[in-house]
Amino acid sequence: MEKWRQLSTVAQRKSGLDLIEVFEVLQPGILTTIQDLGRYGFSQFGVPSSGALDAFSLKVGNLLVGNKEEEASLEITVMGLKLKAAREVVFAITGGDLSPNLNGEPLDIWRSHILVEGDIITFKRLRMGCRSYLAVTGGFVVPKIMGSRSTYLSGRFGGIEGRALRRGDILYAPNISPPLNQLGLRFPSDWIPSLEKEALLKVIPGPQDHHFTKKGFNTFYSSMYLVTPQCDRMGVRLEGPKIERRPNVEESIISEGLIPGAIQVPGDGKPIIVLKEMVTGGYTKIATIISTDLPKVAQLKPGDRVQFKPISIEEAHLLFREEEDHLQSFRNLIERR
Amino acid sequence: MGLYPKTLFLLMGDRGLLLEFGDEISLEVNEKVRRMALAIREEGIDGIIEAVPTYRSLLIIYNPLILSIKELRERLGGIEEGLQRTPFPEPKLIRIPVVYGGPYGSDLDDVARFHRITPEEVVRLHCSKPYLIYMIGFMPGFPYMGDLPEALVTPRLKTPRLSVPPGSVAIAQRQTGIYSMESPGGWQILGRTPVRLFDPEKEFPVLLQMGDLAQFYPISEIEFKEWHE
Repeated sequence: MEKWRQLSTVAQRKSGLDLIEVFEVLQPGILTTIQDLGRYGFSQFGVPSSGALDAFSLKVGNLLVGNKEEEASLEITVMGLKLKAAREVVFAITGGDLSPNLNGEPLDIWRSHILVEGDIITFKRLRMGCRSYLAVTGGFVVPKIMGSRSTYLSGRFGGIEGRALRRGDILYAPNISPPLNQLGLRFPSDWIPSLEKEALLKVIPGPQDHHFTKKGFNTFYSSMYLVTPQCDRMGVRLEGPKIERRPNVEESIISEGLIPGAIQVPGDGKPIIVLKEMVTGGYTKIATIISTDLPKVAQLKPGDRVQFKPISIEEAHLLFREEEDHLQSFRNLIERR
Repeated sequence: MGLYPKTLFLLMGDRGLLLEFGDEISLEVNEKVRRMALAIREEGIDGIIEAVPTYRSLLIIYNPLILSIKELRERLGGIEEGLQRTPFPEPKLIRIPVVYGGPYGSDLDDVARFHRITPEEVVRLHCSKPYLIYMIGFMPGFPYMGDLPEALVTPRLKTPRLSVPPGSVAIAQRQTGIYSMESPGGWQILGRTPVRLFDPEKEFPVLLQMGDLAQFYPISEIEFKEWHE
């Protein structure tokens, strides 16, 4: 606690921002961390990107409260977070639906709201998805490490002392007046990614597609895979039919770089989806999930099911462009208000 | 087989392009990875977010809204053609103190038994030459180094440990490495270094870099305990 207060002072001095307390953490919930869009340029030193697993929701949350899309927000997992507002603040909740409440009344997600001092927000139970994002005007401020405020849990740095939120933590943001013209702003529902307990994930085969047989690929594309309890910010382990490998290839390869969405197939033939806390690995990768489907992966929880479908890189890039166009249209809509 | 006659360009999703230069861990292949990584950094291509150099490949992470895959391939192809002309930095040699055996190197005796030599001989062999740092990966600051003297080539543990203390100096197959942080791990632990390999608060967070050389030397338990950087 004391150390965190000192660090916050350091953050304040370094950022040159006038910081204010916005929330006190009454209950941290199952896992709540501070995340932005991640740190880049340090993987050559073994540092993974970290950052919001559902980056789309983080971006929209920031736009809803008048921020640039990359500010640090809370990534809230499953349930249990309880916050007390220390002052008037504009905020928005996006991503999975964890039944957020304001002083006991249900709160709409994907829109901006205002809190006054003493208001209590709780995330009661999981309704849809797995992770929610809470953005405030100005973004949460913690020291930037290697250019990012994201928490890297297994590296124990970033965010608040490299750890999940604890009871009694104070969360800070820059002292700027709430953008009242943003109040009640909603993100168009047509552009909100739909969340289902059965997710269809689009993939591009490779980079080690040549290690698997045709039969292996048939299994991979035709089976439903179950999300096991081994799912965290590092990756999602799946259970399902074993994917057949060519007889003359080794089960592991010489370690190489990884990207979120890469689907590793270790010796047991059961796929593992790589997320944002892994930097290199030596398992073969049959395919890689496209960027615009990563928010769906971030919203998977144990018991959900997934199926894979191949698409071309050209189609994937069109979808990438389309997502960016939606964000741009929303920015334009905000400016016109 | 060493270097491929023609570099493989493999897709890793819609934002990753993996350049694979060869099919083995060797000086020649690794040097090509480093040359290419360096040349790409010098060129400063708009739209490249990150280049991840490893043993025998280089993963390029790019933004397809800024740089098309076609253009990326062409630019990289061009860089590869002019590669011999890029100046290459001299490797640094970093000496790393290690307290071997006892509670610091719980597998030293087993490794000695496996090779039918004394623990002292294992230490002597491990310290006998500088190792090339082939890559940093797995965790922040973890150096993958090699190649070990033939007489020290040892398989991984059958059952990985749930927790390996930070600073542990370990070997697996032809490689030696240092656990920069506490983590699970299956390498055979010979000793521990008091030197910190990774400090996220520093401007330059790692002690060792790909392409540098590291040589171990033994220190006593007292020296280990009283070590100040």
